Amino acid sequence: MNRQLLLGAEAVAQGALDAGISGVYAYPGTPSTEITEYIQRSKAARAGAVRSSWSANEKTAYEAALGMSYAGKRSLVCMKHVGLNVAADAFINSAITGVNGGLVLAVADDPSMHSSQNEQDSRVYGRFAMVPVLEPASQQELYDTMFHAFGLSEAMRLPVIVRMTTRLSHSRAGVEQRAASGQNPLNAEYAPERFVLMPHNARVQYRHLLDLQPKLEELSEASFLNRMVEGSGPVGVIAFGIGYNYAMEARTAHGLDCRVLKIGQYPLPRRMVDELFAACSEVLVVEEGYPVYEELFRGYFGSPKVRGRMDGALPRTGELTTDLLASALGVELPETAAVPGIVVNRPPELCKGCGHRDMFDAINIAVREHADHHVFSDIGCYTLGALPPYSAIHTCVDMGASITMAKGAADAGLRPAVCVIGDSTFTHSGMTGLLDAVNDRSPVTVVIADNDTTAMTGGQHSSATGSKLVEICIGLGVEASHIRTIVPLRKNLEENIAVLREEFAYDGVSVVIAQRDCVEKAAKEKRRAAATGQ
Amino acid sequence: MQKNIILAGVGGQGILSIAAVIDWAALHEGLNIRQAEVHGMSQRGGAVQSHLRIADHELFADLIALGTADLILSVEPLEALRYLPWLAPGGHVVTALEPFVNMPGYPPMEEILAELGKAGRPVQVHAAEIAREAGSARASNMVMLGAGAPFTGIAPEKLEAGIEALFGAKGRDIVDINIRAFRKGLELSNT
Repeated sequence: MNRQLLLGAEAVAQGALDAGISGVYAYPGTPSTEITEYIQRSKAARAGAVRSSWSANEKTAYEAALGMSYAGKRSLVCMKHVGLNVAADAFINSAITGVNGGLVLAVADDPSMHSSQNEQDSRVYGRFAMVPVLEPASQQELYDTMFHAFGLSEAMRLPVIVRMTTRLSHSRAGVEQRAASGQNPLNAEYAPERFVLMPHNARVQYRHLLDLQPKLEELSEASFLNRMVEGSGPVGVIAFGIGYNYAMEARTAHGLDCRVLKIGQYPLPRRMVDELFAACSEVLVVEEGYPVYEELFRGYFGSPKVRGRMDGALPRTGELTTDLLASALGVELPETAAVPGIVVNRPPELCKGCGHRDMFDAINIAVREHADHHVFSDIGCYTLGALPPYSAIHTCVDMGASITMAKGAADAGLRPAVCVIGDSTFTHSGMTGLLDAVNDRSPVTVVIADNDTTAMTGGQHSSATGSKLVEICIGLGVEASHIRTIVPLRKNLEENIAVLREEFAYDGVSVVIAQRDCVEKAAKEKRRAAATGQ
Repeated sequence: MQKNIILAGVGGQGILSIAAVIDWAALHEGLNIRQAEVHGMSQRGGAVQSHLRIADHELFADLIALGTADLILSVEPLEALRYLPWLAPGGHVVTALEPFVNMPGYPPMEEILAELGKAGRPVQVHAAEIAREAGSARASNMVMLGAGAPFTGIAPEKLEAGIEALFGAKGRDIVDINIRAFRKGLELSNT
């Protein structure tokens, strides 16, 4: 048996390991987290000393991966789609410098927003930076693509994006492994003309990137990720990424014979696209994400030939399904049972016994003593505090925004200006905002919900917790007397309310660290201890 | 051969260990598998489901089309109803009867049973009670797998081999409890 059952994310990880990476850099984010976790668990990775611990955020991850590539080795960097916003500065400019060792960015988008605040499409970033984007359609293709991606990156000396979406990342299938390649030797070259992006160098490098584009298109024409499924009839399908799966499933299930052009490598293979458009009077454009290429095909003046998300043939938002594809291809689907009216929603909730529950109880009481009781918050388990019965927080925008939005609101005159941020989110993007508040003497109270882990994504190591958080806050200039630590337990409720009350009343920057270990983390450690007999 | 199975439950109830056993058995039968699962926010006590597809031919989609599920296997009764639009004509519903109430408006049990009754002849399982008889309430998943086994297209012995393989590291006792639980569930569906 040489087939392993792997999640799409794990296929990326195994593929990268077998392609000879020397390191993976990442910050956890659904649906990308499992790539790095797999490498952290891998015996082969340990044997090969592949570095794999978590980075503070996606930008530091990307830059470290670029540094490893600069030194001649292959590196993988992983993040969710919105993480690429954080890493965008490094990413876009790495297309200008180019790379030495292969550098692959595995980015996982989340259409339908299962665990995200938007459904932005990372292929747009690929076009923006003008680098190759690979979008495999199956777990096996993901695995095979990793070898291809690193080879392509080294041949073109460009970073390469491997883009996947939730459905592929979080679905398992049998994957056949091939022989692993060894790691690259250390080989850092002095190439300031490429890596020092002062204008005189950057102009040359940018020109070079533009000149590479026809070559990239040629490579797409020959890629195993792009192919035509022959067929007949006036309607053709151009299916990107896993859009291909739904098109093929609908085609098979309903006995259709339409041509399907599968696209998994960008820039677009123009000849293949031209061929499809020449053979068909109508082309359905199937993209798991934004209608990026559909818009391109339509052009400013529109084309009556093009169908897809923009004319309602497919919905404008959300994940695709086989049923949506079948309908768009003219299949009359039979009626199916409705969900009975008695079935109520079951939204996620904070775990029983979670310290955030007691923290929100205290915050709600203390903050509601004020007429204005806005609480700015952030991304993590504690975002669930927005839901009843707590309804305790009023914002959640992007990583770190709680502190800076509270600061801006305080500058506008809002009192008290209270925010809640987790330990991992604080080190990801909260520290710089806190420095802004200190420098401006903005009256904000920052509650750091320190559960000693990155909980929402499954309990990854957090960059700074406990006393380290206190030291960071002191280092950033928060007065030691206004850095308070509380333990969010039911029995401490009165005491915790009193601390919050005092700090809300303080006319300066204060930090209240609510410290209690994640219950899931504790349970996991107990299970691990039991399993190892300790 | 092709089977489309929806596994349903609440985040934290462990439907993925049911999936893992079926996956293991299917992989060792040389079948193709696609098994989509839910990670992230919903795992915190929200409604979760796994689409599991196995076939002896190439599978494309990770998701099951509406009206094409051969089996809805649910470890919670209300959650079984949530996925009825996926049930194929002639498909089976196998559900545990213990309600998991963590939200307002949970309907009365008799209404749930009435709705379940409209979906053919659902197999209704007192999973926790049977699991306790087998040795541990925590094995109720394997009771449910046993009850659903005749509709998975995979022979029960192959599924038992999967249980051996997946629980093996936890010791003989745990394996035995889970096999007993599986067989008790299987008996329910076979009689």
